[in-house]
Amino acid sequence: MKKDRGRFPPAGADPRPVPTKALVPGRPPVYISRAMSETAPAPAEPSSAAPNLLELFIAFALISLCGFGGVLAWSRRMLVEQRKWMTAAEFNDAYALCQFLPGPNVVNLSVVFGRRIRGTAGAIVALVGLIGPPFVIITLIGLLYARYGEIAALQRMLAGVTAAAVGLVFGTCAKMAMPLFTDRWGVAPLVALATFAAIGVARWPLYGALAVLVPLSIAIAWVRR
Amino acid sequence: MKDDTGTLIALAGYFALMSLFAIGGANSAVPEMQRVAVEVERWMTDRQFADIFAMAQITPGPNVIIVTLIGYHVAGLIGALVATLAMCGPTCVFAFYVGHAWERFKDAPWRRAIQAGLLPISIGLIGASAFVVASVALHNFVAVAITLGTAIVTYLTRLNPLWIFAAAAILGLIGLL
Repeated sequence: MKKDRGRFPPAGADPRPVPTKALVPGRPPVYISRAMSETAPAPAEPSSAAPNLLELFIAFALISLCGFGGVLAWSRRMLVEQRKWMTAAEFNDAYALCQFLPGPNVVNLSVVFGRRIRGTAGAIVALVGLIGPPFVIITLIGLLYARYGEIAALQRMLAGVTAAAVGLVFGTCAKMAMPLFTDRWGVAPLVALATFAAIGVARWPLYGALAVLVPLSIAIAWVRR
Repeated sequence: MKDDTGTLIALAGYFALMSLFAIGGANSAVPEMQRVAVEVERWMTDRQFADIFAMAQITPGPNVIIVTLIGYHVAGLIGALVATLAMCGPTCVFAFYVGHAWERFKDAPWRRAIQAGLLPISIGLIGASAFVVASVALHNFVAVAITLGTAIVTYLTRLNPLWIFAAAAILGLIGLL
């Protein structure tokens, strides 16, 4: 579980002073702290109780409600630093899995983590905790938009927010793309650029384009591993 | 707004499929959402799609919540539920079962190759998402300037995007866009 895999912070980078134990389904992790204070590596108070369903729900609801534009950062803060339900290495492993799985990453993370802690019920509760609050909020927004969306002042504000939202996604994308340029052969940036051109500029349907790009990109990664 | 069964089935089908191809998160599927919702099904105009994109971005929580708003726009509350379940369901079931068997393959070379191969694709898709919305929503110099400014601030700082959204909303309100 804590084997250094190069790309992720090595096990020694984990600030927690206590030994860790793999999260095994049905078996609660041994060291758990309910300390709510973050930043300082608070000494983990040993406890034998895994978070119960209510705690799981609250944690994922908070992750969701705090996470503007970056739910990942908040899930790390909550699960690793605040609640200490996972070590940094365990979080990296679980997150790597969730990136590898198709679909929304953090949604996957809630299912994988919930299941490890509390089985099927845990997976459902964590998922509902993550999706439920924004579902309610955005449904209310949708209701207001359906009623008042054509008001000129609101339209003008939304136009501004749209421009900023697009910029936010561009900026995040640029941040994510930077590590690609350390690539020795420069193939990864080309794959990213080809994907961008096919989907964003040429507007090919997603599935046809991915049917070509995904096997190609994986084959390149395989050959160069 | 129509809420007949056919529309709900279409919503479920589109998003269930998209769920499995959203490499790197729901934002990766935004170009496909726009293509389906505006061009194929004509559920909404480009401007409405851009509005929905913006409203989803300022809502806290995972980006996947954009499908809830699309579903709501198309078929009300039931549409919101159907779209959300369709977008989360298949991938969650997959995560539930595959996550369990994960430990065995953690260090397998094929798994690393898949992960390394998918990373640049997800980045290209996210860039494409921003580009698609930009191409339907940015109509003047001020809008482009807001986009560029936000991109630079996001790239260089860790400023909470809510401040930028608030500033951009005010610029819009006073009529600069």
